[in-house]
Amino acid sequence: MSSPVLLLSGVTREHRQGSSVVHALCGIDLAVHAGELVAVMGPSGSGKSTLLHIAGGLDTPTAGQVLVEDRDLATLSAAAGAAVRRRSVGYVFQDLNLLPSLSAVENVALPRELDGVRSRLARREAVKALEEVGVADLAHRFPDEMSGGQQQRVAIARALVGPRRLLLADEPTGALDSATGEEVLRVLRGRCEAGAAGVLVTHEARHAAWADRVVFLRDGVVVDQSGPIAGAESLLSTGGAA
Amino acid sequence: MSIRHGLLALLERGPSHGYQLRAEFDAATGETWPLNVGQVYTTLDRLARDGLVAQDGDPDSDGRIAYRITDEGRRELTSWFTSPVTRHGAPRDELAIKLALAVSTPGVDVVSVVQTQRAATMTSLQELTRLKTRADGDPGDLAWSLVLDHLLFRAEAEIRWLDHCETRVARAAARRGETPLTPAPAPAVAEAVPAGKRGRR
Repeated sequence: MSSPVLLLSGVTREHRQGSSVVHALCGIDLAVHAGELVAVMGPSGSGKSTLLHIAGGLDTPTAGQVLVEDRDLATLSAAAGAAVRRRSVGYVFQDLNLLPSLSAVENVALPRELDGVRSRLARREAVKALEEVGVADLAHRFPDEMSGGQQQRVAIARALVGPRRLLLADEPTGALDSATGEEVLRVLRGRCEAGAAGVLVTHEARHAAWADRVVFLRDGVVVDQSGPIAGAESLLSTGGAA
Repeated sequence: MSIRHGLLALLERGPSHGYQLRAEFDAATGETWPLNVGQVYTTLDRLARDGLVAQDGDPDSDGRIAYRITDEGRRELTSWFTSPVTRHGAPRDELAIKLALAVSTPGVDVVSVVQTQRAATMTSLQELTRLKTRADGDPGDLAWSLVLDHLLFRAEAEIRWLDHCETRVARAAARRGETPLTPAPAPAVAEAVPAGKRGRR
């Protein structure tokens, strides 16, 4: 099997409050491979958002290692770290953070242009990303001309534009009604099946059920896991590895 | 579950014989509650005895008897659809009983009982979600898709209840001044528990 897109080993995150130490995460091991969607569930304060921030290089662990596409985030210079975050990792958060003054296609193309990609190419990539999530027809609309579900799809397209292979989503269905939320999950799922690696943080079992594997966090510790479901493909790949 | 009313509903579409009724029932409910053909014929006999269905013509070349719904059967069916389903008392639920006994039996790691169950229920919720994704691709299959939704919502409710149990059990343990029953992860976590949470008892 190829190496995982995201690998957390022994990741611990402590916060100091005066003389006491609070462990937001404690010795987390997690590998997410290409083509796999992993859900992280847990009550609020269980450390799930911290885990996502650390996986995406937005926060640093106090102990342990984070590898994104085999690169150890801790050993990278600030500039190289920023480049990994921009080129390898896509983020989808509950508040969409689309820029209101840019159209859908401009929003999606922006991170590529920041990467130094020529603007015509960036635009082409953006249109392709919008197509993939099924909203190519909205390319020229502005965020306030779209429904919540449409905006969230655009945000996912922005998270995935270009060669990025790690998708991190924090309650991406947050404010959406259940049918629209389901569409967003379908898109996430589809992107992972097409080869991305995804981590989905949620407190809703119904949403977590879209994942191949569900990890339960409690007080910063993985307390149990479900899946992967033994399908024909996974049985074959186990057989091949043995 | 009322097989009687299920068969009456299927016969409302037109006359049919036992094998066909069984197949149609399974198709509508996605074989979630499979019927055996013996049950179908026994029920048809009783429905005929009560005048709710009647034999429709002579047996076919394979000797199969078709039935049709009668006016009285139609009235019975209408009253079924228009009255709510009543569940008499709480049906015996093995999981609820197991947890009730787990908290009251000494030496049982209740949190681990809860977590084992939650992982299993989550796995079945994942399976149902996959089936649902496939069923939704077929817009003609509304009946089966709604049955799947029922199973999905039930599994989801069970997980929510298990989450709730986990929290309640941990809180109760903390009140008693015990170390929380989460499976000992790393000693650092225990140190992080504020000393002020010790019980008063």
